[in-house]
Amino acid sequence: MSGNTQQRSGQHDFRQVLQPSPFHPRVEEHCRVKNWTSWNGYQTARVYDTLAAEYFAIRSSCSVMDLTPMEKYRIGGPDALKFLNRLVARDISGLKPNRVTYVLWCNDEGKVLDDGTIFHLRQGEYRLCSQHHQLDWLLISALGMDVSVIVETHEIAALAVQGPTAYSVLTAAGFEGLDQLKPFGILYTQVAGFELMVSRTGYTGDLGYELWTDPSNALALWDAVFEVRDRGLYDLRCIGLDALEMVRIEAGFIMPADDFNTAETTVRAGHDRSPFEIGLGWVVNFDKPHFTGKQALLREKSRPIKRRLVKLAIDGNKPPIDSFLYDGKKGRRIGTIKTQIWSPILKANLAMADVEYRKGKLPKEIWAEIYYQKELEWQVSWARCRISETPFWTHPRRSATPPQSF
Amino acid sequence: MGLDTTQRGRYWDNDTAMKTYDAIIIGAGHNGLTNAAYLAKAGLDVLVVEKNDYIGGASVSREMQEGWIYSSCSYVCSMMRQTIHRDLNLTRHGLVLVPYLGTVSYGDRGETLISYTSEEVNYNALRRHSPHDADAMFRLHTDLARYAQLIRKTLLRTPPDPTSFRPRDIKELLWLAKEFWALGEKELYEYIRFFTMSAADFLEDYFETDLIKAAMASAGIIGTALGVQSPGSAYILLHHVMGDVDGNIGAWGLARGGMGAISNSIAGALKELGGEVRTNAGVEQILVKNRKAVGVVLENGDELTAGIVVSNLDAKRTFTQCMDKNDLPEGIYEKAKNFKIRGSSGKVNIALSAMPKFTGVPDNRYVDRGGHNFVGSLETMERAYDCWKHGRWSDDPFIEAVIPSAWDPTVAPPGKHWMSNFVQYCPSKLADGPWTPEKRDQFGQTVIDKIERYSPGFKDLIVHMEIRTPHEIEAEIGLTEGNIFQGELTIDQLLFNRPFPGYAQYRMPIKNMYMCGSSTHPGGGVSSACGANAAREILMDLKRGNTVPEDDCYDE
Ligand SMILES: Cc1cc2nc3c(=O)[nH]c(=O)nc-3n(C[C@H](O)[C@H](O)[C@H](O)COP(=O)(O)OP(=O)(O)OC[C@H]3O[C@@H](n4cnc5c(N)ncnc54)[C@H](O)[C@@H]3O)c2cc1C
Repeated sequence: MSGNTQQRSGQHDFRQVLQPSPFHPRVEEHCRVKNWTSWNGYQTARVYDTLAAEYFAIRSSCSVMDLTPMEKYRIGGPDALKFLNRLVARDISGLKPNRVTYVLWCNDEGKVLDDGTIFHLRQGEYRLCSQHHQLDWLLISALGMDVSVIVETHEIAALAVQGPTAYSVLTAAGFEGLDQLKPFGILYTQVAGFELMVSRTGYTGDLGYELWTDPSNALALWDAVFEVRDRGLYDLRCIGLDALEMVRIEAGFIMPADDFNTAETTVRAGHDRSPFEIGLGWVVNFDKPHFTGKQALLREKSRPIKRRLVKLAIDGNKPPIDSFLYDGKKGRRIGTIKTQIWSPILKANLAMADVEYRKGKLPKEIWAEIYYQKELEWQVSWARCRISETPFWTHPRRSATPPQSF
Repeated sequence: MGLDTTQRGRYWDNDTAMKTYDAIIIGAGHNGLTNAAYLAKAGLDVLVVEKNDYIGGASVSREMQEGWIYSSCSYVCSMMRQTIHRDLNLTRHGLVLVPYLGTVSYGDRGETLISYTSEEVNYNALRRHSPHDADAMFRLHTDLARYAQLIRKTLLRTPPDPTSFRPRDIKELLWLAKEFWALGEKELYEYIRFFTMSAADFLEDYFETDLIKAAMASAGIIGTALGVQSPGSAYILLHHVMGDVDGNIGAWGLARGGMGAISNSIAGALKELGGEVRTNAGVEQILVKNRKAVGVVLENGDELTAGIVVSNLDAKRTFTQCMDKNDLPEGIYEKAKNFKIRGSSGKVNIALSAMPKFTGVPDNRYVDRGGHNFVGSLETMERAYDCWKHGRWSDDPFIEAVIPSAWDPTVAPPGKHWMSNFVQYCPSKLADGPWTPEKRDQFGQTVIDKIERYSPGFKDLIVHMEIRTPHEIEAEIGLTEGNIFQGELTIDQLLFNRPFPGYAQYRMPIKNMYMCGSSTHPGGGVSSACGANAAREILMDLKRGNTVPEDDCYDE
């Protein structure tokens, strides 16, 4: 086992406090309203200009987002596959080189620590991307294995290019071979004279790509993409975390720590969640060798489910922020809304909600009690909620190969 | 009622062995389609007959030059009822409404007023012109919001008939009265004054800068045969700022793929609900037997029978062109003939080889991607109106321009653009004789000459132009005199007076006949509200369950 915790660019600057990403000079220039927040220690834009315009760049034209702060680990060594397949609940033994897959991992009690993606970069070489820092857990899990775990969050600059014209934009920017790149595929290519990796992945549910390169190429990569806009060919907009939050809920993607409490951070008994309880039973494969949490999950599987994170569409237009949920209007309290957005494309309130089951069954009619303010006066209303078993929104262009031009 | 309400769907007329529909809707404008969709949703067998070979009426996308898709008539959207969008699953049927942001207004001397979506950034921009006006903008917005909230609440409701004593009308009148009284006495007088005021006088109370007044007043004349100084234009202003995009009151959006995406998505929902649309099927006449509408005769002579007939055409056209005068009760023909429906606007759609550059606009894409408002000054706009009064198009017209392709990659080839120019004024009848293609082209020339003044080199970018005067608009989509609202929005033609007093509840003087177009409450604009309201009334008469949803309210 070897763990690299010494980072080249991860040095702390006591004056700056938050870390600038390698794209920061460009990000700062585009971020007109200076609406900053922090993400994984980086200074990150929440909104660049106008939230509505950013949202619609993702759904109608093309968006660009600095993805660098996302946690990234390089997993290598003879036991890399064995290590990963024991770490995560999904069977990834069939993951071919140049492919990506979605995974989650649990502690021994079968409670979810985080979710993420595994990139099979080259034969036997992997990248694990996660929402939250996982080095501690990865090193614990690597005990006794011949595997190297290297934090590469700060060593890789990443840019997400997402939206209906993402393919057209990147093709116009000189990226070759995208026409054959399938969803969850990886392509190594060159642009503007340097090497980079492109994956057809994203957190938007739309057509899109993620671009990965050495931080020294970051600005050149940004400029190569934005040159397409400057030539007047396609419109591009930077998007911040607020717009991303909207589209990820529309696409039905969950956010650990927001939609459910991660096991690692849970202090109170019963506040952690199993994969089944967050609706991710589909990424648990029992028919593979031992993986962390398997025994606990097998036991849980044999009992009726107690609760589940569900996708809820809420009637009307009142924002169900932090609302309690009830079994029937004014009935028994059965849960809460975790995260919610107004979906401009669907004209509806959408939410992720934690709902209790009764005798293994969902309540018949879920209602939300919504408190909302008008000119500083609080009002309350009730709204019917409907569970969506599929993503709220999908579009065929997300998976069409070759991709459509818009 | 000539309809067998016990039977779902179609039945056959024994005599002629011809199919009888539950309902025939004349016109596939977005309101006709909405109406049909809600009737179909209630299980009725509906047919929409449209005279053109395309659907959508004034909410349409057309490819006049290969690769460029124009919104030929209406071009921006803010009145569309969100609740209908959601209820009919219009997103799944292809509708995406994208807000566009950042409008520039141009003064006579080349000065520019740049408006932002963010109130605070906008405040900073206005301060360049006048600190006082920047401040007063907040007061204006609050006042407009107060006036607009009342009207917004009525959009998806049927106006009461003030002369009727039916419990439902009394209830609705009481509701309206309550809403009005809630304003307080002083406000109420202000409000009534507001309905009869000119936009210029109204804005005089707020601003000192002429360009700001002119920019704000422009919303008061759009689609209207009024000048900025004419009484009544203040209300039109309100009509144009009461809409919203996702609850952002006053914001406007583009339909991805052009305004036809709205009509097409409603038609998609209609077809899914089992409805039928027939194009190239212009109606010659509405058939009336024993004072009951029984069907239509098409231009090709075909007779179609139906339990009810719903007209999506404007009130004047419906009664004076599609009905036999003898079938009408006394007085209706005259009312329809006198219905105020003067046309005042033209439209010039221009395909461009590149994005035009405008003088005095900072090279900042967050600014110059929205609308371009060529207002000049209050005086220039009033002079433009004078031309119309004299039966000429304005020699220095007001133009509201939008470049949809700046936001929508689907309406022009990559790197190319198209510009929608809404132009005032342009009369439906010229003083010097009928419209000719030459005169139409001269009108177009006037428009591009004006734009060229603000964007040198603009003309070199032109790939194709579609010039539409009220004459073309009437000829193509049947809006009488080219009036964009299917009838003027003056107080005598609003709410329970629309289209005529006594007939504001979508039922017409002939039994089994209804209206569902913009000639009815709440009037013009792409809202689907007229069509949906009419459907609710029809379903009530047919004793079917209501399928029309309640509006999303932002004003409680
Ligand atoms: C130039 C222009 C610009 C506008 N800009 C905007 C804008 O930006 N935003 C906005 O909200 N609104 C705008 N409007 C107004 C808006 O477009 C209309 O109010 C709205 O589209 C009317 O819809 P409707 O369904 O009521 O009627 P229409 O769209 O008028 O539909 C009537 C239909 O009936 C058909 N028809 C006519 N005669 C017959 C017959 N005899 N038999 C069969 N069919 C027939 C017509 O072809 C048409 O399809 C604009 C209108 C115009 C003309």
